[in-house]
Order: sequence, then C-alpha cells, then structure tokens
Amino acid sequence: MSGGRAAPRRERTALFAQGEPMIWLTGGGLALALAMIAGLLALVVVQGSVTLWPGPVTRVELNDGRAVMGEVARSESVGATGGDGPVRRRLFRTGNFELTGEHFQWVADSDIRAESRPEWALVVERTAWGRFYGAPQAFLLDGRAAASDPASAWAMYEQHRLAVQRRLRERQRLESRDIGRVNRRIESARLAVKSAELRHGMGSVPHREAVARFEAVERQGLAEHARLRGRIEALNRENARFQLALATADGWEQAIPLADIVRACAPNRLGLAAKWAVYGSRWLEFLSGAPREANSEGGVFPALFGTALMTVVMSVAVVPFGVMAALYLREYAKAGPLVSLVRIAINNLAGVPSIVFGVFGLGFFCYIVGGWLDRSFFAANLPNPTFGKGGLLWSALTLALLTLPVVIVATEESLAAVPNSMREGSYACGAGKWQTIRRIVLPRALPGILTGTILAMARGAGEVAPLMLVGAVKLAPELPVDAVAPFLHPERSFMHLGFHIFDLGFQSPNSEAARPMVFTVTLLLIALIFLLNLVAVLLRARLKKKFVTGAF
Amino acid sequence: MNTLTATDTLTLEPPAPAGDDRLAAIARGGQFDAVVHPAVDREDATLEVRDFCLWYGPKKALHHIGMRIPRGKVTALIGPSGCGKSTLLRSVNRINDLLDTVRIEGDMLLNGDSIYAPGVDVIELRKRMGMVFQKPNPFPMSVYENVVYPRRIDGERSRAALAEVCERSLRRAALWDEVKDRLQESAMSLSGGQQQRLCIARAIAAEPEVLLMDEPCSALDPIATNKIENLIDELRGRYTILIVTHNMQQASRTSDYTAFMYLGHLVEYGPTADLFRKPRLRETEDYITGRFG
Ligand SMILES: Nc1ncnc2c1ncn2[C@@H]1O[C@H](COP(=O)(O)OP(=O)(O)OP(=O)(O)O)[C@@H](O)[C@H]1O
Ligand SMILES: [Mg+2]
Repeated sequence: MSGGRAAPRRERTALFAQGEPMIWLTGGGLALALAMIAGLLALVVVQGSVTLWPGPVTRVELNDGRAVMGEVARSESVGATGGDGPVRRRLFRTGNFELTGEHFQWVADSDIRAESRPEWALVVERTAWGRFYGAPQAFLLDGRAAASDPASAWAMYEQHRLAVQRRLRERQRLESRDIGRVNRRIESARLAVKSAELRHGMGSVPHREAVARFEAVERQGLAEHARLRGRIEALNRENARFQLALATADGWEQAIPLADIVRACAPNRLGLAAKWAVYGSRWLEFLSGAPREANSEGGVFPALFGTALMTVVMSVAVVPFGVMAALYLREYAKAGPLVSLVRIAINNLAGVPSIVFGVFGLGFFCYIVGGWLDRSFFAANLPNPTFGKGGLLWSALTLALLTLPVVIVATEESLAAVPNSMREGSYACGAGKWQTIRRIVLPRALPGILTGTILAMARGAGEVAPLMLVGAVKLAPELPVDAVAPFLHPERSFMHLGFHIFDLGFQSPNSEAARPMVFTVTLLLIALIFLLNLVAVLLRARLKKKFVTGAF
Repeated sequence: MNTLTATDTLTLEPPAPAGDDRLAAIARGGQFDAVVHPAVDREDATLEVRDFCLWYGPKKALHHIGMRIPRGKVTALIGPSGCGKSTLLRSVNRINDLLDTVRIEGDMLLNGDSIYAPGVDVIELRKRMGMVFQKPNPFPMSVYENVVYPRRIDGERSRAALAEVCERSLRRAALWDEVKDRLQESAMSLSGGQQQRLCIARAIAAEPEVLLMDEPCSALDPIATNKIENLIDELRGRYTILIVTHNMQQASRTSDYTAFMYLGHLVEYGPTADLFRKPRLRETEDYITGRFG
C-alpha cells in the first residue's frame, strides 16, 4: 500500500446532527408560550388600569331629535344594512337609570347629527342607582335655588361636600358600631336565657333570673336604639338640605341629594393633573372601600382582606403538616412499596379537581366538624349555625388540604437535594437523627421549603371553586376581623377576590358596568400572586446564599 | 484468619506458574489468606477487625478482613482504587449502616467491645471516633459552627470553651491563619483544600480516640499536606489513626503500619518499614514501587 491513500471522505455533517432545526423548534415553542402569557398579561393590565380613568363625556344629538350623553365604553363595526360598508357604533355609558331604565346605550355613527364635549358635563357616582350624567343647573338649599348657573352651583357643591361627607361618616359609625353594640348586648342576654333554659330547665331559678336580666337589657337597649335613631335622623335631615340639580342631555331635570353623591367631576373641564387626582381617588376607594351597586362599583377591600387573611390562615395550617409529612417520608420511612404508594397517593391528591375538595370541605368541615362544634359549644345559638356553615376557617382548612401535596412534594424535593455526604458527616460527628435533621438538613432545605410554601400560597390565593362551597360569599356584612372580642372570627363567611371576579363577570345585573371591573380585580389578584412569587424568589436567593454558597 | 505462615498459603487451581498470579487468583475469586507480619500481633490493639465481610446488595466488597489496629499508632491503608479501603474505614464507625443495601458478617471490636453487637449505642460509638471523608463535606453553616459542631451536639454551651476548641482545632489543622478573620462566613465559601482542612479540624474537635482519615490530603497543596502530616505526627501516641492514602511516600513517611488491600481482600499487613523495604510478597512490592497493573 502506498502512503498516499486519501483519508476517507466524510459526508458533510447532516443538518439534524447539528441540531439547528431543534433550536428553532424549541425556541419557537418558548416564543409561543411567552407570547401567550405576555398577551394575557397585557390585556389584563391595560384593561384593568383604564377602568378607573375619568374619560371624556361625549354628547351626541341624533337624527330623530334625541340627545345622548355619556362616556364611550367601547365601539365596534357592524355589517351595513343600507349597503354602504360597515357602520361603526359606540356604546355610551349614559347612566341615569331611574329616568331611562338603562345604564348603557348603543349609538350608530350614521344616526348622529352633531357631536360635542360640553364643558359642564358632570359624572356623578352615587351610592345607589349607578352613575348620573348631566350638567349642573342649580344648587338647592332647603329646596330653594341658592345658585342657578353651573359654575356657582359647582362652587357651592365643592363648599358643602366635605361637611356632608363628615356627617355621612358619623351616621355610618352610629349605625355599624353603636347600634351593633346594643344589638350584641341584647343578643348575649337572649343567649344567656337560652343556655339557662338548656342547663337548668324552663322556669328554674337561674332561668327566671336570666329572663329578668334579658328584659331589663332589652328595655334599656330599645331606649338606646331610639336615641341613636334620633341622632341618625337629625344627621339625615341636615344632609337632606343640600341638593344638586342636574339637567340631563334629553331635557330632564333631577335633584340629587349631596348625601347620595360619592364623587362628582366634570372630566371635560379637568386638566391632566386633575384627572390623575380623580384616578388616584378612585383607586384609593377601590383598594380601601367596600363595594357598592352589587359589587360593580366601589371598592374591593373586604375581598382583598378576606383573600389575604384566608391565605395566611391556610399557610399556618398547611406548612407544619406538609413539612412534617415530607420529613417523615424522606428521612424516617424506609424506602419500600408502602412509601412509594403514599407518594403516588400524594401526587394523585394534587391532581384531584379542586371542586372535589370543596365538596369534601363542606361535608366534613362544615357539616360534621362544624355541626359537632355547634352542638357542643354553641347550642344556645341553634338552630342558627355558628361553625356549621361555610366560613373563613373551613375555607382555609379546605385549601390547606388542597395545597398539602404542593408543600409535601416541594419539601421532599428540597430534602432530597441535601447531599448525603452532609448527613454522613453529621452522623460521623456523633449526631443523632433529629440533631442531624434540625441542624443540617432543615437549614439546607429551607429555601426549597419556603419556595414550596409560597407557591402553595399563590395557588391557594387564586383558587375559587372550592371556596364557593365552604365560605366565600358575594357580599359579607362584616369582616372576619374587627374590634369585637375575640377580634378574629374564623366562623364568619368572607369575600374573596377570585369569587369576586366570578360574581362580577357572571352574576352582575349591570354586566356592562361590571365587565371592566372584572379586569381591574383580575389585575389586583394577579398583582397579589406576582408579589407572593417575587417574595419567594427573593427569599430563596437570599437563603441560598446563606446556606448553600456565599457569605452569611 | 490471621495465620502467620512463613510461606503464603494459596490454595488454588491450577497451580500458579509464578508468584505474581496471586492477584489474578483473587480476581478469579479464590480463597486467600492474608500475610500478616508477626510484629502486628505484639501490639496492643485499639481496634480489632474479625473476619469481616461486607456486601453492597449482591456485590461483596470486603472479604474476610482480619486486622488489629495498634493503639496510638498510625496505620495506613493502601491499594488500588475500588479495593474497599473507604468501605473498611466507613465500617469502623458504622456510617455504612445508613445505606439500606449494606449487609455485613463478622465483627469489629473497639477496646475489646463489639461494635456490631445488637444493642450497641451507635451514637456513643461514633462520638469516640472522628472521621475525615474522601470528599470534603462541610456543613451549611459558618466556619466556626462547623468546627464546634461535635461539641455543640454534645450539649456544650459555654462560649469560651467553644471558642477555645475552635481555635485549637483550626490551628492543628493548619487552617487558623487563613480563616481567623472569617469565622462567621459560610463554610461553603472556602476553597476545596480549605474545606478539607476544616473537616479535619471538625474531626479532631471532640478529641476522639480513633481518627479515621480517608485520603485527607488528596485535595491539598504540598504545604498543607506537609502540615497535615505534621499534625498526624503530633497526634501519634495519643490517638489511634487509620489513614487511607494513594501516596506511597506519605504512607512511608507518616505511618507505623501499612496494610495493602486488593479487591476487597487484605493482602499484606505489617510494620511500614518492613513492608516498604522487604515485603513478603512480590505483589506488594510491585504495587509499592509502581510496577503493578
Ligand atoms: N454505596 C455503594 N453501593 C454499591 N457499591 C459500592 C458503594 N460504595 C462502594 N461500592 C463498591 O465497593 C467497592 C469498594 O469501594 P471503596 O469506595 O471502598 O473503594 P476505595 O478503595 O475507597 O477506592 P478509592 O481509592 O477510589 O477511593 C467498589 O467496587 C465500589 O464500586
Ligand atoms: Mg475511597
């Protein structure tokens, strides 16, 4: 053989061997997923943040002589009927429900004769009947016009507004706090009668004493009631003196008591700064106020608070159990078919539809456990259930059960990630099992455990279906925490952001007005969950630095 | 098992054509009796390994090991990779118990008391031994806490006592000067060699009777290695030290006795000077001089 034999020629590397198509494929998958998530987020953020912005008020005169005034909610193109192309039509939020019987009205562009943005178009947000759109006509003091042109009427409104609001707040305080206190006193006396009857029998001495006490308390309470009602009426009478008369676009005149006005502004007159001020005040009310108008107006504070409190109670319930279960499974149990079976069961638990947990929670917590608690400790209250119905505690426990697999799996994974050499090192130093777990394994696994916990919290905070069965309600009369002993009332039903979204989106009588609120509440819920996840990531990074690498 | 035959007894079929086929015989699974120099048996033994066998699942990793580890002396374990040195070391303080698959036969005695008898307090047993692992395994805590860990779990609370233990152990492990200003930093931030010395400091912090060292110098530079060898020298006499090493010079420099292992068998065991200068078996000589394999 001669030495000049050429090396065997190799084919050019095939495209697939280089893997280019795989890069495109996987990258494309990622891009698609990102685009979908970004699209969803953008929709929610944009829609959610414009809801509370004070848009311009438009007045249009129609060909048939009518006039419509309001904010444009949205517009769409519809197929033409006359044959000359599609026609745009716009949805006007016209308000004035008591006059027109509608909150919204469609207007086709082809029907419009003239369009304007009147300077003195007022948007009045009221405690009832929805918004009112009109121009200020006069300011009525005791029924007589004290000012009769828009500018001076508006000035008088601004002048009296705060005093009226103050009286309203006082009335609110009298109603909710003082009357509530009297009612509770009467109620507890009544309960004392009932339990004396249950314990000692009808007509016994303690029973008769309790009856006598109850009657005294009731007499006193009724007198107190009358006094409070007198004060409330005085406040109402004072507030009723002030009214703002408005003229609607189609010529009606309506006087609105100042006490009914939550917020009034003339958006067409406002500069950018003033619009931001209105926007800010609406957000403030949204975050800190109670809902009005079947939840479609006002705030979501009770829902926000209920969600947060429920999530906290849930975490307090789920974390210790989850971590203990995972510790046993990973550190103590001998690997074998039984442990594998338990693991499979836990993973299956994570896949059970959440509504099933709701049904279980209703049956087990509310009816069995709650019913037993009622019979044992709250018998005097029966047949009114105390714990034997949906409530914050039962919701939290139901969701704790729901998120238990998340915590167990996350904890087990982080325990498994602790190198065995560390455990061996600890045992070689003469440490016992629990010493090793407490001093070596748990600190090292802590970042993972915390991440799992916060993920479970995020999951729990976003869950709705089971809550509809075990305690979330459309409108809760009281917060689960208040100034009445024992301050935390875990048996009370509560409002929840997720349920609020469902209620706004599908149960609202004024669905057009509720729809933008859906986005706003969704934005809030997403922000809350995003915040939780952010905390998880930061905490994890910090702890990791502390226990796995880097400096203390 | 420790039959002190002048000629090595090797019951094999077919008869070995030359002496160096003993290792091949072991590889084939033949019966084999270790060659143990008589000097070993004249020593007082802290630790006595008796006919010890160990299985990882179906795989037998130690075959009928019989050894007496002399009190206050340094005993080196040498042998090719995978011959069971670590396994033997880890059996002494029963760290291998933690593996579900491990099964043993035979026994070990510490000062005449069985290590493997039922009812032995394993935790108490381990407190009497310190161990340095083949790979550094610092704990996820500060340098200081790492060193005093054995004392902490013994319930020592006094800050002064702990600080004293910390400094003394770190000085002996030749680490003090490097970490004295960063005692509160995470041990994970130390370099590999520093971590290994930290583990050495931890192993001697509780003043154990027996020190088990699995290649303590494999990750160290010559200077640190030298310091560790000095430490071993210093501990000689007080502690019984069992050290695994792949470094023949280190074995000859630091140890009093040397055991050569092969495929889970003890091959030859005797005073280091004898083993290195005039080993009884050609195989041992070949391994020591690097002609092996
Ligand atoms: N946990 C384990 N499970 C199964 N087999 C193991 C395990 N640990 C070690 N072995 C096997 O036991 C034999 C002895 O291993 P050992 O770690 O004791 O070797 P060694 O002499 O320390 O080697 P080296 O010098 O490389 O550290 C090897 O064949 C190894 O594969
Ligand atoms: Mg080894």
